[in-house]
Amino acid sequence: MDSDDDFMSGMSSDEDDVLQDESDNDDGSVDDFGFDEPEPDLGFSQKDVVQKKKSFDVNFKVYHPEDIQAQQDDLINEVNMILDIRKEDAAILLRHFRWNKERLIEDYMDRPKKVLEDAGLGPNVAGPPKLEVIPGFMCDICCEDEPGLQSFAMKCGHRYCVNCYRQYLNQKIKEEGEAARIQCPQDGCKRIMDAKSLDLLVESDLQQRYHELLMRTFVEDKEYLKWCPAPDCQNAIECGIKKKDLDKVVPTVTCDCKHRFCFGCILADHQPAPCDLVKKWLKKCADDSETANWISANTKECPKCNSTIEKNGGCNHMTCRKCKHEFCWMCMGLWSEHGTSWYNCNRFEEKSGSEARDAQAKSRVSLERYLHYYNRYANHEQSAKLDKDIYQKTEKKMIQLQTASGMSWIEVQYLNSASQALQICRQTLKWTYAFAFYLARNNLTAMFEDNQKDLEMAVEALSEMFEKPVQELADPKLKVEIMDKTSYCTKRRLILLADTADNLANGVWSWSISF
Amino acid sequence: MATGFATKRLSKELSKIHGNLPPGITLVSAEGFQEWLLDIQVLDSNPLYMNQTYRLKFKFSPSYPIEPPEVTFVSSPDRPIPMHPHIYSNGIICLDLLGQQGWSPVQNVESVCMSLQSMLTGNTKNERPEGDANFVANNRRRPRDIDFYYHDNTV
Ligand SMILES: [Zn+2]
Ligand SMILES: [Zn+2]
Ligand SMILES: [Zn+2]
Ligand SMILES: [Zn+2]
Ligand SMILES: [Zn+2]
Ligand SMILES: [Zn+2]
Repeated sequence: MDSDDDFMSGMSSDEDDVLQDESDNDDGSVDDFGFDEPEPDLGFSQKDVVQKKKSFDVNFKVYHPEDIQAQQDDLINEVNMILDIRKEDAAILLRHFRWNKERLIEDYMDRPKKVLEDAGLGPNVAGPPKLEVIPGFMCDICCEDEPGLQSFAMKCGHRYCVNCYRQYLNQKIKEEGEAARIQCPQDGCKRIMDAKSLDLLVESDLQQRYHELLMRTFVEDKEYLKWCPAPDCQNAIECGIKKKDLDKVVPTVTCDCKHRFCFGCILADHQPAPCDLVKKWLKKCADDSETANWISANTKECPKCNSTIEKNGGCNHMTCRKCKHEFCWMCMGLWSEHGTSWYNCNRFEEKSGSEARDAQAKSRVSLERYLHYYNRYANHEQSAKLDKDIYQKTEKKMIQLQTASGMSWIEVQYLNSASQALQICRQTLKWTYAFAFYLARNNLTAMFEDNQKDLEMAVEALSEMFEKPVQELADPKLKVEIMDKTSYCTKRRLILLADTADNLANGVWSWSISF
Repeated sequence: MATGFATKRLSKELSKIHGNLPPGITLVSAEGFQEWLLDIQVLDSNPLYMNQTYRLKFKFSPSYPIEPPEVTFVSSPDRPIPMHPHIYSNGIICLDLLGQQGWSPVQNVESVCMSLQSMLTGNTKNERPEGDANFVANNRRRPRDIDFYYHDNTV
């Protein structure tokens, strides 16, 4: 589909930068992201910028915690120099202005007093923060008044004992996850706790948490930065795709920790389905989970001899152990009929109108239709897990085989590639079924289903080879076949994604519901 | 059990409160430092609340007053739930000063009672919050875990 021209026509200029064609996208400068403000040069070499290669790829960059810290420090130093204010105050002001440096400087030049007041930096009394013992002092929080009680007050003068301050900060930071906007405990006082005072008052573990949270505000305040949602991952991803673009593009990014996720909604990779569709689909699945649950069970009966068959690999080509009947796990149809032009396992055949005359019949048809797609969606999800198990089992055997056959670690890596291709292709296939569920039937849909079928057949074929016993896997011929099939699967996936993404960008899909 | 922190502060509050509360506020019970009951009345002639007494239940966590107390109206035959656009019919109050964001540890039982008293005094609307029936039927969470969207506080 040659669509670059129409693709661009509907976009304003700053989005062109984001969705631009690869041909004019070789310089890797950060300006490509269409930022509102120039970013400091962080010394990223060109290889760090993950360049868009396919029409469905988006530009993005991975930031490690030290990069995020450096970005903040640069901004703080800049404001510190331009406005000639303390670094702590510059940090508070920047956070107050949600890290929009230009607006801060502009507003500060106009009305410095008001800006300071609003950010909780009211009238300035000189001197660093310190703990004091004030004779006759009684703390308004705990009502303690013993002599020698250490107390603290920020520049607003509201004084509390150190113990209460600690409890208060602990509550705010640990329980409420607050950092950038912790106010003085006094009712109605807008004075903001600064990092220096905080460090004076609390232990190092709380200080650390506080600084982590402060760093989070930087990422959370920027529309083009998001945290990697993988557990224990501390990286952030930068991507220029904006919320309003999400009906045109599925911005999928890969963190350095290998987690692939959607920058738009933070869910795991859901290409080719756009975010809104995914949200609708997940909600539908949750609402209908009881009707659908029995479907995704792991055991079925052989359609010929009725003996129970358990699925323990990702492949859908089932062979009954008892009667040797070969059938498709998904549709229970004859496997030999799969791949012929008239057979469609992936397509839901709409029943003719005459069959669905009454409301009950209609609702049955609509449930059947949903189950058709849900079934396949859930099956690919499950199969991806099973493929992974197979790989892990195989990996162990491969290690044994390496010692026995003299194959090197490098020489068995094709299995790893095959496993990864299976995972990622099944992830895509899974979402093609949610996608297809919401598609209205037309020529484009037929093309989509053909692409889906091609990918699915390739994946099932690879999955089947992949499940072969280790002895057979060691055969060089099978190795070549697996490697070929792996790259074929990858190719089919890219074709499907490119085609879907182009149509999405052009807004030419027609949906059975409105989003 | 409330210990240390809350206990000390609450015993100070209690000794200050005894026989010394502003008009329209009475301490009903303060056994231990976990749950207190107070009655409040609206003193002006607001027709919505005339000749009525309302009962407030305060629940304190061990880290009171760093954490806000949980404050609700409780009903009994002679203690109805006051009609107010920020008070649900199950007694749950939607007031920012009782939420984590709006709470200040210098607030106390007395000042909360006074705030609620004046919230009633100033009200002219004989109505419940929007979605009251649904909220009361479905809510299983404790008031402190509910993310209220605070309506404007002038009401
Ligand atoms: Zn204190
Ligand atoms: Zn203050
Ligand atoms: Zn990550
Ligand atoms: Zn998404
Ligand atoms: Zn059989
Ligand atoms: Zn089939």
